[in-house]
Amino acid sequence: MAQMNMTQALNSAMDVMLGRDPAVVLMGEDIGYFGGVFRVTDGLQRKYGAHRVLDTPIAEGGIVAAAIGMAVNGLRPVAEIQFADYIYPGFDQITSELARLRYRSAGDFYAPVTIRTPCGGGIRGGQTHSQSPEAVFTHVCGLKVLMPSNPYDAKGLLIAAIEDDDPVIFFEPKRLYNGPFDGDPAKPASPWSTHPKGEVPEGHYRVPLGKAEIVRPGRDLTIVSYGTMVHVAAAAASAAGLDAEIVDVRSLVPLDADTICESVRKTGRCVIAHEATRFSGFGAELLSVIQEECFWDLQAPIQRVTGWDTPYPHAFEWEYFPSPARFATAFRTVMEPA
Amino acid sequence: MNFPYYSVWFNENQHSGGHGRKLTNMPRSPRLHLPPTPARPGESPDFSYLQLSPAGAVPRPDVNVRARDIGYLSLELVRVLDDAHDAVGPWHPHLDAAELQVGLRHMLLTRIYDDRMQRNQRSGKITFYMRSLGEEAVSVAQCMALRPGDMLFPSYRNQGLHIARGLPLVDMMCQLLSNTRDMCKGRQLPVMYHSAAQRLFSISGNLATQFPQAVGWAMAAAIKGEDDLAAAWIGEGSSAEADFHHALLFAAVYQAPVILNLVNNQWAISTFQGYAGGEQRSFAARGPGYGIAGVRVDGNDFLAVHAVTQWAAERARIGAGPTLIELVTYRAAAHSTSDDPSRYRAKDDYAHWPLGDPIERLKAHLIKHAGWTEERHRSLVEELDAQVTASWKEAVTHGTLADGPRLDPDLMFEDVFKVMPPNLERQRAAMHAERSDARWRK
Repeated sequence: MAQMNMTQALNSAMDVMLGRDPAVVLMGEDIGYFGGVFRVTDGLQRKYGAHRVLDTPIAEGGIVAAAIGMAVNGLRPVAEIQFADYIYPGFDQITSELARLRYRSAGDFYAPVTIRTPCGGGIRGGQTHSQSPEAVFTHVCGLKVLMPSNPYDAKGLLIAAIEDDDPVIFFEPKRLYNGPFDGDPAKPASPWSTHPKGEVPEGHYRVPLGKAEIVRPGRDLTIVSYGTMVHVAAAAASAAGLDAEIVDVRSLVPLDADTICESVRKTGRCVIAHEATRFSGFGAELLSVIQEECFWDLQAPIQRVTGWDTPYPHAFEWEYFPSPARFATAFRTVMEPA
Repeated sequence: MNFPYYSVWFNENQHSGGHGRKLTNMPRSPRLHLPPTPARPGESPDFSYLQLSPAGAVPRPDVNVRARDIGYLSLELVRVLDDAHDAVGPWHPHLDAAELQVGLRHMLLTRIYDDRMQRNQRSGKITFYMRSLGEEAVSVAQCMALRPGDMLFPSYRNQGLHIARGLPLVDMMCQLLSNTRDMCKGRQLPVMYHSAAQRLFSISGNLATQFPQAVGWAMAAAIKGEDDLAAAWIGEGSSAEADFHHALLFAAVYQAPVILNLVNNQWAISTFQGYAGGEQRSFAARGPGYGIAGVRVDGNDFLAVHAVTQWAAERARIGAGPTLIELVTYRAAAHSTSDDPSRYRAKDDYAHWPLGDPIERLKAHLIKHAGWTEERHRSLVEELDAQVTASWKEAVTHGTLADGPRLDPDLMFEDVFKVMPPNLERQRAAMHAERSDARWRK
């Protein structure tokens, strides 16, 4: 085991896979010589060569399209889109092509592409460096969609994603790269070395796709979340004096409805939290699944804690970010006696 | 048609499908071409790849020439200022001394402003900044060659356009500060200025997206029978995006009155221009590829940039078609305050850049030919320095992110739509409740 922050854990996942599998190639803007603007691919070009860790033109549509072609011809590309906010030029290639190649060719062609992309706010990135567009992709049939909340999961899930034969969109909450974040920007940052999930095996291991994790057992209510909000939720529940069971979804598609619903049946109360905007957000899907499966066990209406339905504003970052105060409001509603 | 997939490692998901040859060993002799980068850290600067033409050497065709007859303009390099600081050749724009001094003033102000705002970012007063060091002639000379009615679609490194168009420094600084006088009402990262009154379009923050929008603006001008034109700026790195190609195609198809400016400053963060497609042929040559005029110009030569822009503007205004201008320059500073170029390029690169510094070159020309002196230059620098100081002093009275008056967070919910829908009204009310919830206040 080693101490790793999320950047190092992701780097280690790709290092392991480049070393194990000659078909794995990395590609993206500034990822090669420079090692990526967030340093996630640092040192990998030096170690594996410029033909396996490719710098690319600034053309997300081109990156995804070329990755598809390379994958069809026997490679296993891991493409980085520098910010999730920049993924949209690749949208047609992802949704119309990557997601449906297997289906339209009846399985004769497929493209095992992993697309990594940093998402989320809390770094003063304004409207073009803060978005969480996961729901845009969970709505597309044929894509697997992941978002880890800690270094251990980040590495294990990325390895599993690369090994998976289906396309995977892998969101990296950039606010978590260097440490967990409990939602209070005034507090000094704490490093991953203070967190048990900063302990990461150096070699190969997988965190399976389609498995949620109960990161904290509890009796009062269930909080279903993923990414940065897992940590904010835990802090908010603890501040509110609630014994919350916190489910880290991790794998949005495929979704582990069993783990989530089992927890909600047990507690009878549920808050769903994500950083992305509320309307048609992934929380709406989670809420529907829980309502369909757990209706008769619910003691109160399910509540959502989300970003507002506006672009991510530069000056009002902390009024926008789903704060512990927003959780407190949801807790009050969901904890009302039935 | 099922081939066993290459993988022998992961037996539990047995692969099948695809058509690729099985790859079981590390590739030994890859044949993929990778564009070379001339000088990485620790290496000597090398600009031998750069195709230069002598000042004055490139012919200047009539503005109504057919694009197919001027392919050479996209491969040569239009230059006016020579090494002796004289203005030579057919592109000499013959601007009067007063106009040249205005150009020098705008370039200097841009540089001093940049330098000060960079330091303000370093001391934590603003969150982010991007300098245009070494590229000042591009924005300033081009803006001065256009008319006030022409619509400008700047990129994020074109602050010289805003300065030359006369946008008050205080307004620009208030945008950087996201304060109560911020034209973007706190919604945008620093440097994403706009001014509807001065016809400076809102900067997106996403790359290349505005290049084809400028073509649409120009198409509308043509539809309405107006003679204003549009001008847009893009970096050579961003020209890899499909938007660039959409722009050229639509400009060519509709012969739109637009000037498409590609600022080739050699670097896209850490990535050399070869990776944007500059290795095999000039960026300007993409113009003729689409059937529009392409001109390659020394971007650090104020006179050449002005002359080429004026030529393209006249051409657009008489309906002779769009022009793609490649401005060859060098990004002397970091990409942004989040970047550190010492990690990926030779340390003293800019000192060896063969096209020199745009301000020094115009200054030397003015001293030789237009009665400018070192003394006048010094006092101009002092004057502009004082102007930036006074503007900053005024700007911070409207608030900073840390203290002073603050924008009303209610503004976050406005302008998503013209009229606020009920769900946003509810969310705004919820935010009020959150903010008055004292337990969660700092």
